[in-house]
Amino acid sequence: MRLEPVARPSIWRSTLPPAIAIGATVVIASLLAMAAGGNPFSVLGLIIQGAFGSKFALLETLNRATPLIFTGLSVAVAFRARLWNIGAEAQLYAGALMTVVLGTGLLPWSGFALLPALAIAAMLAGALVLLVPALLKVRFGVDEVVTTLLFNFIFLLFVSMLLEGPLKDPMGMGWPKSERLIAEARLPRIVEGLRLHWGFGLALIAAGVIWVIERRTTLGYEMRAVGLNREAAGFAGIPVNRVLVKTALLSGGLAALAGFSEVAGLKGNLTLDLSPGFGYTGIIVAMLALLNPLAVVAAALFVAGIFVGADSMSRAVGVPSYLADIMLATALLLMVVAILLTRFRVVRE
Amino acid sequence: MTDNGTARVVLRLDGITKRFGKLVANDAIGLSLHEGEVIALLGENGAGKTTLMNILFGQYTADEGTVEVFGRTLPPGNPRAALDAGVGMVHQHFTLADNMTVLENVTLGTQSLLALSLDRAAARDKLARLSADFGLQVHLDAKVGSLTVGERQRVEILKALYRDARILILDEPTAVLTPQETEDLFATLRKAVKLGLSVVFISHKLHEVMAISDRVLILRHGKLVAERPIAEVDKEKLAALMVGAEVSAPRVEPGTPGAVLMQLDDVTTPDRGNAPGLRSVSLALRAGQITGLAGVSGNGQGALADLIGGLVSPETGRMELHGAHPEGWSPRAAVQSGIARIPEDRHRTGTIAAFDLTENAILETYAQPPYSRSGWMNWARAERFTRQIIDTYDVRCPGPGTRIGLLSGGNMQKLILGRVLEAAPRIILANQPVRGLDIGAVNYVHGQLLAARDRGAAVLLISEDLDEIMALSDVIHVISEGRLSPGFARGRMTPAELGVWMAGQGFETGEAEQQESADAP
Amino acid sequence: MDFFDILISASFWTAAIRIASPLIFATLGELICERAGVLNLGIEGIMVAGAFAGWMAVYSGTGLWTGVAVAMLVGMFFGLVHSLLTVPFGLSQHVVGLGVTLLATSLTYYAYRLALPEVTSPPKIEAFQPFEIPILSDIPLIGPALFAQTPLTYLAFILVGVVALVLYRTPLGLALRAAGENPSAVAAQGLSVTAIRMGAVMVGSGLMAVGGAFLTMSAFDSFFFEMVNGRGWICIALVVFGAWKPGKALLGAILFAAFDALQIRIQQTPLGADIPYQVFLMMPYFLSILALIVMSRRAEVPAALMVPFKKGER
Repeated sequence: MRLEPVARPSIWRSTLPPAIAIGATVVIASLLAMAAGGNPFSVLGLIIQGAFGSKFALLETLNRATPLIFTGLSVAVAFRARLWNIGAEAQLYAGALMTVVLGTGLLPWSGFALLPALAIAAMLAGALVLLVPALLKVRFGVDEVVTTLLFNFIFLLFVSMLLEGPLKDPMGMGWPKSERLIAEARLPRIVEGLRLHWGFGLALIAAGVIWVIERRTTLGYEMRAVGLNREAAGFAGIPVNRVLVKTALLSGGLAALAGFSEVAGLKGNLTLDLSPGFGYTGIIVAMLALLNPLAVVAAALFVAGIFVGADSMSRAVGVPSYLADIMLATALLLMVVAILLTRFRVVRE
Repeated sequence: MTDNGTARVVLRLDGITKRFGKLVANDAIGLSLHEGEVIALLGENGAGKTTLMNILFGQYTADEGTVEVFGRTLPPGNPRAALDAGVGMVHQHFTLADNMTVLENVTLGTQSLLALSLDRAAARDKLARLSADFGLQVHLDAKVGSLTVGERQRVEILKALYRDARILILDEPTAVLTPQETEDLFATLRKAVKLGLSVVFISHKLHEVMAISDRVLILRHGKLVAERPIAEVDKEKLAALMVGAEVSAPRVEPGTPGAVLMQLDDVTTPDRGNAPGLRSVSLALRAGQITGLAGVSGNGQGALADLIGGLVSPETGRMELHGAHPEGWSPRAAVQSGIARIPEDRHRTGTIAAFDLTENAILETYAQPPYSRSGWMNWARAERFTRQIIDTYDVRCPGPGTRIGLLSGGNMQKLILGRVLEAAPRIILANQPVRGLDIGAVNYVHGQLLAARDRGAAVLLISEDLDEIMALSDVIHVISEGRLSPGFARGRMTPAELGVWMAGQGFETGEAEQQESADAP
Repeated sequence: MDFFDILISASFWTAAIRIASPLIFATLGELICERAGVLNLGIEGIMVAGAFAGWMAVYSGTGLWTGVAVAMLVGMFFGLVHSLLTVPFGLSQHVVGLGVTLLATSLTYYAYRLALPEVTSPPKIEAFQPFEIPILSDIPLIGPALFAQTPLTYLAFILVGVVALVLYRTPLGLALRAAGENPSAVAAQGLSVTAIRMGAVMVGSGLMAVGGAFLTMSAFDSFFFEMVNGRGWICIALVVFGAWKPGKALLGAILFAAFDALQIRIQQTPLGADIPYQVFLMMPYFLSILALIVMSRRAEVPAALMVPFKKGER
């Protein structure tokens, strides 16, 4: 079998494979729902309803999407330069950690000064966490997939150590959690009375900024060139290692903003269960968005919706909420094949 | 040579047609090969020769037509069947695993995958016998990566012979050989024919076709356009048949040498894996002159190209550009010093396939005005520049927004030429500039290089094709294992004499001569 | 018990070999995939799936070795999914691998919830018991360590030899190695690169799953979430550390497991009591990163690792 590029894909070829991928995902989810004793139609209906069916649900979905937009952008930026950042989880916690260290009273500033300072500090922390694997790659050629992955485990243990030690809330009744942020360190709500905080707004702005960087700046051009053909980029004079380092700083910083946003916007303190895998889910979001920053927003909303909806559905009918993860993994795998088929035809050889 | 009338037909292709999308690579091609015959398949790059052989060998399936070997039709798309039927192919790009030994490469796939052990002793015996019969000496336990190009080709041939091939197909075998190694290859082929094998020899080199084959078949644009016994043709007739029209290579007048623009004195660079670095190389590139670098691939051409291209700095020795020693040396510094680099591999190093023409056109210049200012790209200017290149250099494409990977090799090379020549460079490094291009593109590129030279640029032409070097160069150096020969003026050396240097022999005696002329008052 | 005492205690080495066993299976599995030219990042998820599948089979009433076979088949299924996307379709091995890990893990957790909806503490099975080899297990120190392990551990060691034998002394192993060095060499000799690579990934994934099953059927006797806990990723580092050779990979696994066993014991010493336990838990991961840096010369990487094979020259 051979893959032949299609010069000008027809409208069918461009839309049918992704549609079939989504359809197959729904079918597989339905079969699994039935195996759990659920009615597939009601299960899927409950998921959609749980995601978007009420004002509460919608806000919950937007809240859940906020960190995913940040980690999705982080991964998309990195993957674009073929820097395989699987460590967004650690970078997220680095940002959260920095927010809590500085925001629980150490800096007695007003909100106007404090919030930007916390965000910037968080970004620096996340950037540093990704910088180490990036430098290992650039200096020693160590594959960053494994190092960033292992860093996730290391950093989580580090946070656990701090939460049981120096950062422990003295009034927390022994539970490993940090003190609460001071009021000035909290991200305000976007609209009074609604549960949506400015982290969401920040995420949308970040997506726009990344889009501009990629399309209109020299850095964006360099990142794309390095990602598509490192050898040709180096030959042409693009400083490949410097570009990779800048990419790592940007990517790490974005993931850290997810941590900042969750702590300062939603939770108000740091616990070990701050992130149910946002860093890993960000990879799915980035891949579904085909690494396009604006599409990351849509993909994050989609993924958040599935998770929120599945949680709600699971509470209602008892089908395990892991169905959401299965759907996303299936969607990812089928979608990469579908994208391939929109540009290539399979020829029997 | 055998009597074609009574020898049996060992291979017959009938009506072979193959399409890739809209491109018809092979159009109803038919040929027969008789036992003990050597036929040549002649055609320029892109004529369809390799596709035809891939079909014969089972890598591709023909859309129409049949292949018969020793009277039996071959099942299509089945390399195993072709091998079992006695067809052996020596590929243009060697299909060898560098990290494995010669013995492992030759015996790969020759035993059933269900067999419980490797029968190495029997293999060694057979290979010893074949080496003696065909005159192909190789060290069986050497890692292929450590062999020279000529030795690797011997391994490829042994691979075929080990599988009892009765028909040998050689795809552009002499592209990477010295003249002496080419003679050795021909000797092996003549021995093979004496031992009853039949040979298909694919090439675009006319004098070799004349030297070795009994019959020649000419392919043009996928069609078989002519078939002649070798006695009835000469090089001019063949050239005309190959291109289908008057071949108009550009007239080469000698250049007028000017000032030295780049000077290397005793430069040494480190080795990189199997590729040797430069060893005490001294070279002067003069304005208005084409300096040709002849040599078998893998002898340090890459190191010299990397040095001049800015990817590597001299370890010892001195490099001077326009009379001064450059401060920091990098690809960007090279570009800014007025060096135009045409890389060896336009797909891997020259262009980024997924980028469009505009994005490729500014690959070397994007970081400065007018294409960007303080980090902001000016895509409008970039596109204008690209359109200028497309017009001036006749790049056939739908527009500047086309993915460059969709362009033909010739048009890709024209874009590369355009982007470097538009900067009015003082020094041009042309590394295998016409490899894989059809005759039209070849002539165009050569014309551009000559024009640049006549405008006062210094051109360094690196090529494996000795004919190209001898036709274009005002002065020729030979590189062998990182050492550079003295310069030979146009017309002073024959190919055979250059071949001696290419094989490394000239360096011993040559050095003695140099010492004499240096000592003489 | 101080440091030296730990090192010369039989119980330490016994634990080390036991901890090494799942790593040996999974590292061999990944080694086979990578030697053929395919990076299999599904290893973590496949180990989870194997851990559950094997345990579940036994919990449902089959014998222990049948459970191992079930785990292997489950692993091969995910290997098929992975190799189908990465070999004939040539899709990114990074993306597909991570997708397979997510799929295998989530399917496993889903199946677990379905099978055992109301459990508060994980149910147990009759796991493999240590089988003492007579005479050999009486040798001081190494006797109990090497010859009083469960049958799965013996299988792991035997497999190291088998894999080395096949890889270096059979035509199949030659073809597999060539597929990872230069697939066009394989195709030119009339073999199918697709079949070889897909077969390698499936067999390798089967071994990974058995490695996971070791955790639930030999080391422990029940399945719980977060059981594999990054072992899969560590095995990827171990393949590099072992320079893609089975024997060296075995040494790497044992070395690594020894450090792991050591840190558990040091925690119980007076010195260890002062240091937060998280520091000890971090050690394995730091070690893996160190191993990768040390082996970063990468001279022995299979030349065609992660390079998809496209038929024919054009």
